[in-house]
Amino acid sequence: MALLTAKTVTKRFGGLVAVKTLDLVVEQGSIASVIGPNGAGKTTFFNCVSGFFRVDEGEIVFDGHPIHHLRPDKIAHLGIARTYQNIRLFPTMTALENILVGEHRHLHSTWMGAVVRTPAQRNEERRAVEEARRVLQFVGLAGRGDFLAGKLAYGDQRRLEIARALASKPRLLLLDEPTAGMNPVETEQLTAFIRRLRDELGITILLIEHEMRVVMGISERITVLDYGEKIAEGNPKEIQANARVIEAYLGHGAATGESGSGTPEGETTSGATT
Amino acid sequence: MTAIAAARSEGQGATLAVARIGLIAAAIQLYLCLVGIVPIFDERPLIAGVLSLGEAAILITMFGAGYLAAQRAGEVTTWQAGVAGVGAGVLSGASLTLIVLVGSVVDLRAVFIHASPDLYDMLTRGLDLAGSWIPIAIGGIVGGVAGLVARSPARFRRPLLWALAMLVAFGLFAGLLRTPMLNNFLAGLARFLFAPEGLTLIGAAIVFVATFAIVVLEARLRVRRRAGELPAARRRQLQLPLLLLAIVIVLAFPIGFGSFFAQVIAVVAVYVLMGFGLNITLGLAGLLDLGFVAFFAVGAYTVALLTSTGEFGIAGWSWWAAVPFAVLFSMAFGAFLGLPILGIRGDYLAIATLGFGEIIAILARSDLLKPWLGGPQGITNVPKPIDVPPDSFLAGPNQIYYLAIAGAVIVAFVAMRLRSSRLGRAWMAIREDEDVAEALGVNLVQTKLLAYMLGAAFAGLGGALFAGLVGAMFPTSITLFVSINVVALLIVGGMGSNPGVVLGAIFLIGVPELFREFSEYRFLFYGIALIAMMVFRPEGLLPSRVTRRELHRPEELEATAPEDLTAAAGDMGGSEGSTDPAQEATR
Repeated sequence: MALLTAKTVTKRFGGLVAVKTLDLVVEQGSIASVIGPNGAGKTTFFNCVSGFFRVDEGEIVFDGHPIHHLRPDKIAHLGIARTYQNIRLFPTMTALENILVGEHRHLHSTWMGAVVRTPAQRNEERRAVEEARRVLQFVGLAGRGDFLAGKLAYGDQRRLEIARALASKPRLLLLDEPTAGMNPVETEQLTAFIRRLRDELGITILLIEHEMRVVMGISERITVLDYGEKIAEGNPKEIQANARVIEAYLGHGAATGESGSGTPEGETTSGATT
Repeated sequence: MTAIAAARSEGQGATLAVARIGLIAAAIQLYLCLVGIVPIFDERPLIAGVLSLGEAAILITMFGAGYLAAQRAGEVTTWQAGVAGVGAGVLSGASLTLIVLVGSVVDLRAVFIHASPDLYDMLTRGLDLAGSWIPIAIGGIVGGVAGLVARSPARFRRPLLWALAMLVAFGLFAGLLRTPMLNNFLAGLARFLFAPEGLTLIGAAIVFVATFAIVVLEARLRVRRRAGELPAARRRQLQLPLLLLAIVIVLAFPIGFGSFFAQVIAVVAVYVLMGFGLNITLGLAGLLDLGFVAFFAVGAYTVALLTSTGEFGIAGWSWWAAVPFAVLFSMAFGAFLGLPILGIRGDYLAIATLGFGEIIAILARSDLLKPWLGGPQGITNVPKPIDVPPDSFLAGPNQIYYLAIAGAVIVAFVAMRLRSSRLGRAWMAIREDEDVAEALGVNLVQTKLLAYMLGAAFAGLGGALFAGLVGAMFPTSITLFVSINVVALLIVGGMGSNPGVVLGAIFLIGVPELFREFSEYRFLFYGIALIAMMVFRPEGLLPSRVTRRELHRPEELEATAPEDLTAAAGDMGGSEGSTDPAQEATR
């Protein structure tokens, strides 16, 4: 069953077409990837899904609800959470508070209730903190909860960002280059962790990733974008063998060469994509 | 050879540093004298018959020059540090000699009206030209002593600096402390310690020695360390009596200090209320509002309209009945102003809100609304909240004092509860990163409007109290300066911190009220204080603590936090630095 369906999604910035008539389906319970060279429109697509951008054409349907016209907070309430390419935590709040903001959509306290602090309110708050501690534990940040998020080590910040997204109990989790800036050991740990999210928590995962070992290792379905257009789609085997993909990554003529590894140099830790 | 050259260049560097500090001090002294601060301060004795505030200002500058010069001189012996101090002190003193010498040839008064013979008399101790060397000599001595003090061990230096600071503080507040003491059994003590203005010589000695002794004792007994080592429960037990004592002092204040003090504190409390309000809008939600006075005005005018017995009163209600409406109207107004500016961020928001504040002020003054709001004449005859005979204790400012304190306590409680709630976290999330907050399900429209509305409610309550305190409401009370004051007291106190608001209000509103005679220079000191604050303590006087909730005991946290992580974190935190100082978390 398809959890997320994008139909002919187009997003333009002035004359630039960042995403062009993109069709994409993410199956319930799967791990899917979007890959492509810098500027291929991957993050733009994420921003369309999470509601930061309005799509110009086409529609995005999540679990039967059209979401392409909704505000980001409404989309979050339907059960989509995301992380960001350049980590965007709330730096001067503690790690625990960051996660508590993640739980926002499941809490019901009003300002009146917060002032009076009714028993129900207090219970909810206590459970929320317990839940936040559990999430910290789950991502391996137990004991770091009282640190300011901005003061955590880089790897911990990445994990905290995922923890914050998890706290909203999403059904679909969008990960934008989760392994950027990580060393091979950390990357491997994170890959295993992403698989656990799906296997243990049942969260459907859509990720943008440059690290081919991660992409090929965990994705069940890969969509390749180039200049905003989908140039290939399929399982890792098919993608590795696809001539157009190799061409997009390595340039014209490279497809005739050796195509086994699929780990283009220089792409692994690249910075900005649109 | 090279070692000697290096030593020489180091010596030159030190000389340069000393010269620079001496010249800066000289410039400060020139400014203080010629602008007229020293002559005016000279009329206020610090220690009766011995030292005036003006002389103290000069001595403090010299002392500071010597102290800094000794610190900046680099790796030198104590005696060399003393010499550096003498050098800086002499340089700063020379500027005063220069004034005297130039003043004897040219009439400086044509340009600087304060360069009067009185000033020269003061600088030369009445000797005129013959005494022109005196500032240099005093500068040398004071600078030298300061240089030695700077190099003395902390166990001696700290108590000495504290004692000097206390001497100045007590000298300044002597008059204020003396008046109330004269009315009761402390009268004898008051005459012994305080002259009509300033301390007596004996009083000064007592203050100096007592402060010195207390600081030495505190260091010896390591009070603070021991308090820190106590278990949390025991610490709370010890805090309770202190809290009770503070409450008793606050309640008994008008009895001991009279209604002038009560009035000053009532004004401070009104600002505290507004500060709490803006602390939500700006401190928590990060929405800069430079037109905050608008909500204050709405609250005050609502109360004035509903209660006034004069020509503009429409209902003649009691103050108590009008207050809820004042708060509600302010809230509605907060929503009304908030709606059009929801999408505006950052600097633009500041300008937009600035405009709102001005619009309200102009409307209140306008002929258009004159039939209802009275135009420039305002609305008078606002009854006091508590109707008592005029000779009763609660008549006048005293009752507003109690009401304002009660209001501040209630609002502090509300602000504290809000801060640690789902809503408070949503506000902070918006302050930190609006887009991410929205993507986590925070409804920006609702949450921002609530921030404006609740902030406005607190300001409206402040306005209601103000109308009751003054017994009237005039458009002249709606000035940009009120808005700026509220923002400034947040910055000085510590953005986002509720205790900081109280401290900021006391410093920026209360203290200037007590020094009315220097009001000419109020903004000068205000500006200096703000700049000094931003340079030396950008996080504010009482920055907000980060709550610890994951691990109940902070000791455990420290045990589990490896040093290197804290160090690495310090490097990464460079990009923030707007509001919360993060040191608290890693301590």
